[in-house]
Amino acid sequence: MLSTAIIVFREILEASLIVSVMMAASRGAAGRGVSIGGGVAGGVLGACLLALFAGRIGASMEGVGQEVLNAAVLCAAVLMLAWHSIWMKRHGREMARQMTDVANAVRSGGRPIYILGVVVGVAVLREGSETVLFLYGIAAGGGGVQAMAIGGLLGIISGIAVSTLLYRGLLHIPPRHLFRVTGILILLMAGGMASQAAAFLVAADLLPPLGAEIWDSSAILDPNSILGRTLHALVGYDARPAGVQLLVFAATLATIYACMHAVDRPRPTRQTRPA
Amino acid sequence: MRRLLLAALLLAPLAATPARADDPSFTLTIRNHVFDPARIEVPANAKFRLLVKNMDSTPEEFESKDLRREKVIAGGAEAVILLGPLKPGTYRFVGEYNEATAKGVLVAK
Repeated sequence: MLSTAIIVFREILEASLIVSVMMAASRGAAGRGVSIGGGVAGGVLGACLLALFAGRIGASMEGVGQEVLNAAVLCAAVLMLAWHSIWMKRHGREMARQMTDVANAVRSGGRPIYILGVVVGVAVLREGSETVLFLYGIAAGGGGVQAMAIGGLLGIISGIAVSTLLYRGLLHIPPRHLFRVTGILILLMAGGMASQAAAFLVAADLLPPLGAEIWDSSAILDPNSILGRTLHALVGYDARPAGVQLLVFAATLATIYACMHAVDRPRPTRQTRPA
Repeated sequence: MRRLLLAALLLAPLAATPARADDPSFTLTIRNHVFDPARIEVPANAKFRLLVKNMDSTPEEFESKDLRREKVIAGGAEAVILLGPLKPGTYRFVGEYNEATAKGVLVAK
């Protein structure tokens, strides 16, 4: 039962950390409950469907369907995070200039919060389907439904507890700085997810690794420890990255940053700067 | 810059060596949450396919930190894991859902 709880905790920690960053990033925005809640619900539903069809997906595309699907889902999340970063850069400052408080500005700006809901949905979908399969395995494999249910519940509760801590911590940051911090986190998260997608494509033999293992830091920071998993979710920590992962990480950050910079050029006609 | 990156990403798969069907294949069977064989020898410095057959009715996740692979295999299903070229050495793997019993090593020679 305890081992069940630990495995479930490990599986859902990443998704719940992503949820807490998205919650913090959408602080004060109208309709965020619906978007984030919808993302979680959709993700759970999708996870069950994915678990149901796991066999068929795995057998598709000459046996690498699972890797390709994972990569595609991660790429979708990266696009959403990129779009959100660029949108915030373009509109966030304008709105902040007109209003005293950024939280208010974000609330009234028609900000596309559903984007963050999609990111949440995708994270829950990915991590959730493995949890569903694992729990199903225990229940069906003679471990007993009760042990599965209690262990699973314990794991889920502790995963949510850790992410609640992160969320509370983020809320201690004053609103003006909060969005800067969540903005940076979202940027790093996008880079990390893109690098994971690259790792899946390497496993599917669709991308060259460009150096199978650039470094091995698993002795310094165990990727299976809570800290390792947390950093994996937040900044894409990988103890043994392939070269192409580092390349994709850097390229994703650079691309999003360049786009953010491009939309943020001052428009001279409307620029009124107090001396 | 962005277009270039996109193009590079789209074209990169073409640069990778395809046609894995010709690579040698090794079979690993999971029965009662145990890998058979628990020690499997493969050629070093060559690409190969690992075919993992899950004879149990419950799903399993083939996981190897050493090989950098994680793959869910549904109950009664089989999965292909593309590997190599590997440096000579010993690579551990486990079934994450039943780690107490499902353990094995892959030896590249």
